Amino acid sequence: MKFTKIAMACGLASTLALGTVGTAQAQISGDVIRIGIITDMSSVYADIDGMGGVEAIKMAVADAGGAINGKKIEVVFADHQNKADVAAAKAREWFDTQGLDMLIGGTNSGTGLAMAKVAAEKKKPFIAIGPGSSALTNEQCSPYTVHYAYDTVALAKGTGGAVVKGGGKSWFFLTADYAFGTALQNDTTAVVKAAGGTVVGSVRAPLNASDFSSFLLQAQSSKAQILGLANAGGDTINAIKAANEFGVTKTMKLAGLLVFINDIHSLGLKTTQGMYLTDSWYWNKDAEARAWSRRFFEKMKRMPSSIQAADYSATANYLAAVKAAGTDDGDKSLNQLRKSKINDMFAKGGYIREDGRMVHDMYLMQVKSPDKSVEPWDYYNVVETIKGDVAFTTKAESKCALWK
Amino acid sequence: MEIFGIPLQAFLGQLMLGLVNGSFYAMLSLGLAVIFGLLGIVNFAHGALYMIGAYVAWGCLEYAGLNFWVALLVAPVVVGALGVLIERTLLKRLYKIDPIYGLLMTFGLALIAEGVFRDQFGVSGQQYPVPDLLQGATNLGFMVLPNYRAFVIVASLVVCLATWYTIERTRLGSYLRAGTENPALVQAFGINVPLMVMLTYAAGAGLAAIAGVLAAPVIQITPLMGSNLIIVVFAVVVIGGMGSILGSILTGLMLGIIEGLTKVFYPEASSIVVFVIMAIVLMIRPAGLFGKEM
Repeated sequence: MKFTKIAMACGLASTLALGTVGTAQAQISGDVIRIGIITDMSSVYADIDGMGGVEAIKMAVADAGGAINGKKIEVVFADHQNKADVAAAKAREWFDTQGLDMLIGGTNSGTGLAMAKVAAEKKKPFIAIGPGSSALTNEQCSPYTVHYAYDTVALAKGTGGAVVKGGGKSWFFLTADYAFGTALQNDTTAVVKAAGGTVVGSVRAPLNASDFSSFLLQAQSSKAQILGLANAGGDTINAIKAANEFGVTKTMKLAGLLVFINDIHSLGLKTTQGMYLTDSWYWNKDAEARAWSRRFFEKMKRMPSSIQAADYSATANYLAAVKAAGTDDGDKSLNQLRKSKINDMFAKGGYIREDGRMVHDMYLMQVKSPDKSVEPWDYYNVVETIKGDVAFTTKAESKCALWK
Repeated sequence: MEIFGIPLQAFLGQLMLGLVNGSFYAMLSLGLAVIFGLLGIVNFAHGALYMIGAYVAWGCLEYAGLNFWVALLVAPVVVGALGVLIERTLLKRLYKIDPIYGLLMTFGLALIAEGVFRDQFGVSGQQYPVPDLLQGATNLGFMVLPNYRAFVIVASLVVCLATWYTIERTRLGSYLRAGTENPALVQAFGINVPLMVMLTYAAGAGLAAIAGVLAAPVIQITPLMGSNLIIVVFAVVVIGGMGSILGSILTGLMLGIIEGLTKVFYPEASSIVVFVIMAIVLMIRPAGLFGKEM
């Protein structure tokens, strides 16, 4: 039979390939450093990460010279379609058959938590950049997970804290009905209550709900001062749009708990001006960030989101760690990364804590009014720099077994 | 006064919003029902045609400065022409074979259209302003209804009833219906059946485009706006009965309302309630609420 012959040939080839991987494990496995990113390439979060994230990673690889000690660096990417099982299966396939050395987790916490488990089982570094759920470094922390850019705790402390301080005492939440939304609502509720505020109610909307007017009327009838938007991407955009249309913004103030610059770009400054938001990075925050962002703009024709900047930074620092350790072995490269300080256009004096959290400053920002914006993508004023050690979960609050 | 624990005013407000969403379901499912009834094609590209309609409206304003009312005429014509192209070059080859091929073909077309628009415009989407004439809102006593949403209900009812009247009550409509029953015989009477079929698909596509233009000021115009909606619309058609025109209009409005109320009583279930109803209807009346038993 023809088929059996082909199958045998394939089997032989893969055995040979595996053999090579095995012998070279001591230094650079398979003679190639392979970095993978699994993210949303086609749906609601594709603009904040997606191909822009892949491009940022490729920029970091190119800046590292495309090779370390003569061994090529390769980037592979895949679309998880916001499905946790797809993400986990792809991660497993890459670790098992492609000799993947490090995995970057794109947007969506459901997929992030699933990939973290696979990476821990395979003892390979997993750098979560897009997912926001604080569970990644809390209840579900792992020695192989690094949570790099932001998390729901930092967002809650930043925006929640600022809004309550500004007099917004009573809250109603519009929450995306999955891991991330729930985490964000819980973390913000804790911040609001600790600051003396109250939460009068919440409504959970399915992910990708196309119409938010019904949920907004419920929010309006709650008579709360603040409408907390515990959602992201297209859901946030459609919710803000409907809130303006139904006059909800006349009686309530909106607090976008996870708003990316792409959302502001898409909604326009007229609709969003004055809104507070917390982010890990802003392209226009300093000269170094601006310089990198202009390079990114050349390639993608839009300014980078904080996630895309973090994709670059994480890759660059991982590659530096591989170079310093002289190996892409999971444990050794990760140990080296934990020892190094992260100083680049994304973060200053950043470091990775025992629970896997990359600690760095966060920024509370306010959206400019249209007449204050001097160029395209000039959207924010940085209101406050939130120091890393207060922005994230504290040791007393942590439920991570690795950080006791 | 309260109904099921929520104040009457809030209840009426939610009914009204349900009706707005139901109007979109009605318009889209109507187009699907017409195409299925007359061509036997399960048109999975319907959501993509709706999305393209919205983008045509946006493009009219962005590149040519044409306002909403002009777009309401231009979009159905452009998308209808696209429909003619699709029917002439692709679908007409599929009428004689298993309907599953038509479904696969149109599904593929939808994926291609989405991919092209995503590549061109990104997924965050575009803004479309509410037309000046319909700015503002009216206080109905129980809720503040944006004027534009009220217009959507009226416009969709006009479109739906005009379509129903054309097919069920005019001479052209009787040719169409006869053509689907027995094409050879109708052809023998000197009526150009392939031309009618082509125009029917174009009209269905045009209906989707009108819905797209109407939706543009309400939601973010994104390449995904069609696929988010189309599955629900298919459920509406199945519940109403494949090919039943009046059935799909009534079912669309009814399910919009049911979905709206679910958003109040059990919001987490609002994205699946339509499918639960579909499953129940299929068990009790496999041909749909308004469909004829074969």
